[in-house]
Amino acid sequence: MKLHEYQAKELLAKFGLPIQSGGVAESVEEALEVAKKLASRELVVKAQVHAGGRGKAGGIALVSSEAELKDAAKRILALKLKTAQTAGEGIRVSKILIETRADIVKELYLGITIDRERGLPCIIFSTSGGMEIEELARRSPEKIIKLHFDPVIGLAEFRARELVLSQGLPLVLVQVITRLAKVFVDLDCSLLEINPLAIGSKGQVTLVDAKIILDDNGLARHPELEGLRDEKEEDSREIEASKFGLSYVGLDGTIGCMVNGAGLAMATMDLIKLAGGEPANFLDVGGSATTEKVTAAFKIILRDPRVKAVLVNIFGGIMKCDVIAQGIIDALKEVKMTVPLVVRLEGTNVEKGKELLKHSKISIITASELKEAAEKVVTSIHGHPRQ
Amino acid sequence: MGILANKNTRLIVQGITGSAGRFHAKQMLEYGTRLVGGVTPGRGGETAEGVPVFNTVQEAVQNTGANATVIYVPALFASDAVMEAASAGIKLIVVITEGIPPLDMIRVKLFLEKFPDVRLIGPNCPGIITPGECKIGIMPGYIHQRGPVGVISRSGTLTYEAVWQLTQLGLGQSTCIGIGGDPVQGMNFVDCLELFRSDAETEAVVLIGEIGGSAEEQAAAYIEKDFKKPVIAFIAGLTAPPGKRMGHAGAIISGGSGKAEDKIARLERAGVTVSRSPAEIGNTLKERLSYLVKRIS
Repeated sequence: MKLHEYQAKELLAKFGLPIQSGGVAESVEEALEVAKKLASRELVVKAQVHAGGRGKAGGIALVSSEAELKDAAKRILALKLKTAQTAGEGIRVSKILIETRADIVKELYLGITIDRERGLPCIIFSTSGGMEIEELARRSPEKIIKLHFDPVIGLAEFRARELVLSQGLPLVLVQVITRLAKVFVDLDCSLLEINPLAIGSKGQVTLVDAKIILDDNGLARHPELEGLRDEKEEDSREIEASKFGLSYVGLDGTIGCMVNGAGLAMATMDLIKLAGGEPANFLDVGGSATTEKVTAAFKIILRDPRVKAVLVNIFGGIMKCDVIAQGIIDALKEVKMTVPLVVRLEGTNVEKGKELLKHSKISIITASELKEAAEKVVTSIHGHPRQ
Repeated sequence: MGILANKNTRLIVQGITGSAGRFHAKQMLEYGTRLVGGVTPGRGGETAEGVPVFNTVQEAVQNTGANATVIYVPALFASDAVMEAASAGIKLIVVITEGIPPLDMIRVKLFLEKFPDVRLIGPNCPGIITPGECKIGIMPGYIHQRGPVGVISRSGTLTYEAVWQLTQLGLGQSTCIGIGGDPVQGMNFVDCLELFRSDAETEAVVLIGEIGGSAEEQAAAYIEKDFKKPVIAFIAGLTAPPGKRMGHAGAIISGGSGKAEDKIARLERAGVTVSRSPAEIGNTLKERLSYLVKRIS
């Protein structure tokens, strides 16, 4: 779950990390209120969106007067910035963060993530902050230092000290680094990124920007953080799906799919493409496909106006095919299927399941094999297979 | 012989009194697995599906001589269950549970360094089956047939799909291992390949991978160096978009790495035949091994 910069900073401040004074505003009036409480007139106004690249898109402004603040707040709150979820369209900026400007002499990069291969959390550090870390990794990998650490022990102070001293940086940075490692572990993050981590003219440290992504599995341990979710930044279908215990990812194609199992669901998308079609979504209906779940799944898939056909692919293991078939039939009493539906069942009680579908009053195209199922669904749109 | 799970496996179910634990305990017993007991703290003294329930894994081991466990414990308590099992002397730990925070798995694996002879499989996996001998997990037994093919997979139902294709072609399985869909896990492809390498019964391996991480790339490096038996593979997620978690916690293309096409290319360089279609997994192996099918029939 992604957090906004202002939310990340609030959490970090609670752990004793140094951030600039500031506040969040949702209107020009609120922005002026926030500014009144700040000690300086030299401020920075930042769009609060989950997207990266805010600066380039005009989402960050430096202001030195009330007039400039008003203009910047007005302009930025009217911006539509693109996010990964809303590829093509943008999200209207609804919140801005107004902060006192940091005194920056040096910009560092500090990121923490989980290194899957090593099976350990890893700090990624560079004295070349303020730029894209992937860009830096490409251009000058030698400028990146990695420190893996044991989450039970945390990052030992002596290791942070070694790092800081080897880079000629002020010792006050040591506690900042060990505390950031603690935040990562204590909050079950999947990513924590401070870019830039700034050193000022008096050697003071500031977290100028902060990005936190909380691990979806870890979130179950932190129910109080669930309230930080910004549903406006998420695909509403994904949110709807997760309420029913379904996994959904929207794509660009015209063939909706419903499958039990994530691996099989990905494979079904791949299969549709091989048959000449384009998948409209990924949807894992899970191991216990009840009528309620199947109904919810159909509704979510059909909300996409691009969907011209639907493929249901179920391999019934413990879940019996006749039970699933009945679930589909019952679901279709509530959901009107306005596009061709291909159902491929395999596994336990498959013959019973197919009989049920055959004798239902709903028009369902059945298939036994994977390849046949993909070809039938593509044909249902294009009138012929397309290989 | 099959690997890891066989007729000498004496299994307990941690979480046996929960609905999933109870249901699958019954299924495993019906398959012929030597299920000797179960553990649910506070329910010691009861019986579930005909086997005794204990309060702790230690008690279960003392009373039944159990050497393996399958864990159906909720996500936030599962890592504790793993550590308890290892501490009690259990040598094979299979974790079915999905949703375990990765930092918990990291802590578990660090804990298991004290127990180097313990094998951990999962989490978020269907389990392991040596057909006709021992089923540990939630897979449907009937789709399996005993034979010379080892199967290693990150998936659940996609594995069943592949196994069903193999069975229908007369290509039986020695052992099928679901290593699971999470980013931090127990045994990986290489660990399983090492065991298949020294298993005389296994003559070929089917590897089922997906986007995310570098397990398939590591497998490729091992295969080209040290694995002479034929390997075929299918990698799910060629059509997956970058940056999105596709159901499994570990199925995500991030920072440009973990793509299916890169895994496929790396595996092919190592001499692995990669099926581009999930419908052709069985046929791909059959073609690679036409002599094996003749021998069986």
